[in-house]
Amino acid sequence: MPVIAIDGLVKSFGAVRALDGLDLRVEAGEVHGFLGPNGSGKSTTIRVLLGLLRRDAGDVRLLDADPWRDAVALHRRLAYVPGDVNLWPNLSGGEAIDLFGALRGGLDRRRRDELLERFDLDPTKKCRAYSKGNRQKVAIVAAFASDVELYVLDEPTSGLDPLMEAVFQEEVRRLTDGGATVLLSSHVLAEVEALCDRVSIIRAGRTVESGTLTELRHLARTTVTVETARPLTGVEELPGVHEVRPVDGRTRLEVQPEHLDELLAYLVRFGVRALTSAPPTLEELFLRHYDGASNGRVPAGAERAR
Amino acid sequence: MSAFTGTGRLARLALRRDRIKLGIWVLGTPLLGVGLAGSVSDFYPDEPSRVRYAETAATSVVARAFNGPIVGADLGAVVVAETYITLAVLAALVSTFAVVRHTRQNEETGRAELLGAAVVGRYALLTAALLVVVGANVASGVLLGLAFAATGLPLAGSLAAAGAVAGVGVAFTAVAAVTAQLSVTSRGANALAAATVGVAFLLRAAGDVLGERVGLRVESAWPSWLSPLGWGNQVRAFGGERWWVLALPVALLVAGTALAFTLASRRDVGAGLLAARRGPARAAAGLLSPTGLLWRLHRGALLGWAVAVVILGFSMGVAADEVNDMIVENAAAAEAIAALGGGTDLVDAFLAAMLGLFALTLGAYVVQALLRTRADESDGILEAVLATAVSRHRWLLTQISGAVLGAVALMLLAGVSTGLGYGLVAGDALGHALELGGAAVLRLPALLVVAGVVTALFGLAPRWSVALSWAVLMVFLLLGQLGAVLDLPQAVLNLSPYTHVPSVPAVDPAVLPLVLLTGVGAVLLAAGLAGFRHRDVPS
Repeated sequence: MPVIAIDGLVKSFGAVRALDGLDLRVEAGEVHGFLGPNGSGKSTTIRVLLGLLRRDAGDVRLLDADPWRDAVALHRRLAYVPGDVNLWPNLSGGEAIDLFGALRGGLDRRRRDELLERFDLDPTKKCRAYSKGNRQKVAIVAAFASDVELYVLDEPTSGLDPLMEAVFQEEVRRLTDGGATVLLSSHVLAEVEALCDRVSIIRAGRTVESGTLTELRHLARTTVTVETARPLTGVEELPGVHEVRPVDGRTRLEVQPEHLDELLAYLVRFGVRALTSAPPTLEELFLRHYDGASNGRVPAGAERAR
Repeated sequence: MSAFTGTGRLARLALRRDRIKLGIWVLGTPLLGVGLAGSVSDFYPDEPSRVRYAETAATSVVARAFNGPIVGADLGAVVVAETYITLAVLAALVSTFAVVRHTRQNEETGRAELLGAAVVGRYALLTAALLVVVGANVASGVLLGLAFAATGLPLAGSLAAAGAVAGVGVAFTAVAAVTAQLSVTSRGANALAAATVGVAFLLRAAGDVLGERVGLRVESAWPSWLSPLGWGNQVRAFGGERWWVLALPVALLVAGTALAFTLASRRDVGAGLLAARRGPARAAAGLLSPTGLLWRLHRGALLGWAVAVVILGFSMGVAADEVNDMIVENAAAAEAIAALGGGTDLVDAFLAAMLGLFALTLGAYVVQALLRTRADESDGILEAVLATAVSRHRWLLTQISGAVLGAVALMLLAGVSTGLGYGLVAGDALGHALELGGAAVLRLPALLVVAGVVTALFGLAPRWSVALSWAVLMVFLLLGQLGAVLDLPQAVLNLSPYTHVPSVPAVDPAVLPLVLLTGVGAVLLAAGLAGFRHRDVPS
């Protein structure tokens, strides 16, 4: 039974269709990366999951319950860190943490103190005096000190420094070691690569890729740069080869992994002098989706957006 | 680059940001002044009525404390007595908030840092704020003076009266320039400056009460001279103007500016001279529920309202006994009070009218307390709270209960303190306190309707809830205050719940309207709760 199961979720705000048939599946015990450009619908999806927004169409199950109808019961079993943390300006950070914990149904005081220390957060400061990063730490400590089954984190580290990012990653691992599930919306690719078992990439309100990072890499094209003894011709006719262009007397092209073998067989006939092959970096993988569909497979959402 | 580079640009930016807020005030002050002056000349059209007014104003402790020292029986003098303190306190608060908005608030939000990184001198932000606010005070003063003169008052007195008001604005511009350097938050800077306004009011009231009566004039005692609000009275517009007194606010502006610059040059951007207060590392058990949180967030405002209501109620109660002397010979004023309060006994009518005013004013308490729900929603705080195990129903019911119970407590305080004030002068303090406390409670169904309107708007039309809530309260206020005067048809007056609450103690209580109002309030609350249960958050 998946922790989160969304099928064909649709949500419109007036004339704007924010979610347009989104699918998402998060299994128990995994850290699931939830990626997509700004405005693609990540926060809207999360708000539907939290029972804050009402869906227009589609099926949404959270911990095998209905997130709208069973909101209160579900909220005892999850903790949420919003992307833009706002707090009561005249409460101290410590008070805000305790308050969120109590409203959620209790929090582990030892964990709370330990987390305060690990994140180097002064709980006696008034919330109005905190920087963005420190407000995020308040929300993170309040969430992580709660013993729940699911943690929903919406860009939780966008204001943290690299040291705190490392602490954050360790603490997330600790949560999953304890059997919890994490939905992590993030733009920090290193964080996603370090933490996530599987990722879903959304664009314009639709899921365009979902799977492990290794699986996703297989879907993307490998860049090959080759120098040959005789001028290389006719290579663009080969199946799965794209974007052929000369670079400093060499030829650079992109090829789908399943056609790499045929390409190599063809190149040999021209006398290969040098050859490099690079699998797609994570960044290229994401940029391909973030940036439109100039390379290779056209994501469904992008096509619609044109 | 000098310390003042960029001042002109920043001043234009401040003007652009404030064109509505300051614009309303600069243009609204002369309109308000003319409106008030017009109603004064309707009430006291001839010399004998004004002499009687001046005699009471010079003798009555309440009149001295609230209206300041009367300077004579000319029409202008009566106009100043009736309008000065309102216009002056308004000028003081508007100036204060404007200075803080363009100085400390910019630092607090980080805008100052962004500007400071551009070609902008160290003192430019403060200088620009002072230029804009002093300029607005001068503009508003000139218009007010011309407006007074246009109603037919003597030019010299009109200009002196307007100068007195503008002088108060200028004086508190200087005060705010200093408090903005002291506190790290704009809230703190505003609170410090507003507290100074309060102290200035009390000093002036004390000095004017302790002053000596000389014919139809009051010579204030020394505490009034310590108060920028008192300086305006000492100008004696329409009573042998003392122009030199206007130099006092200018001197305070120079001194305050110099002090503010000195303080500004000794601190970092964003820092203050008063350390930010710390809070507890752990929450007390009492905070850890929606109710506890509500109490924590509202108790400060509630206490402030309570103090204001008690002081005002007590003073009005004391004044009630003077009502017979003050207006027994003034048919117009008696008629106005009778129209507001109803009934035949003038004191009862006055007390009933005061309770009616309290009920209207506390409508503003209910609106602002309940609209915090919308502010929480816009800030994203509501989203975080509703993502915990708190249901929408429980959360909104807590907010409604808080606002309604706050209104109950304040209305009771208003009635009891009015009764105590009246009873101390007229005898039987306890009896009057109980009677008026009871009468005050009978006004509550109208406040329940106000709470219902705000809740229904929040639940069903959240985007419009802030503007519409205040608009509805304004309509109630206008119908209550002007309806009787303007002879509006009863069908229009019936739109306001305040029309239906019985005007106790002037008339006997009636049960049916109270039951109906409570019913309407309950229906509106239920509609709001149901709407909120089914809508998107945030929306």
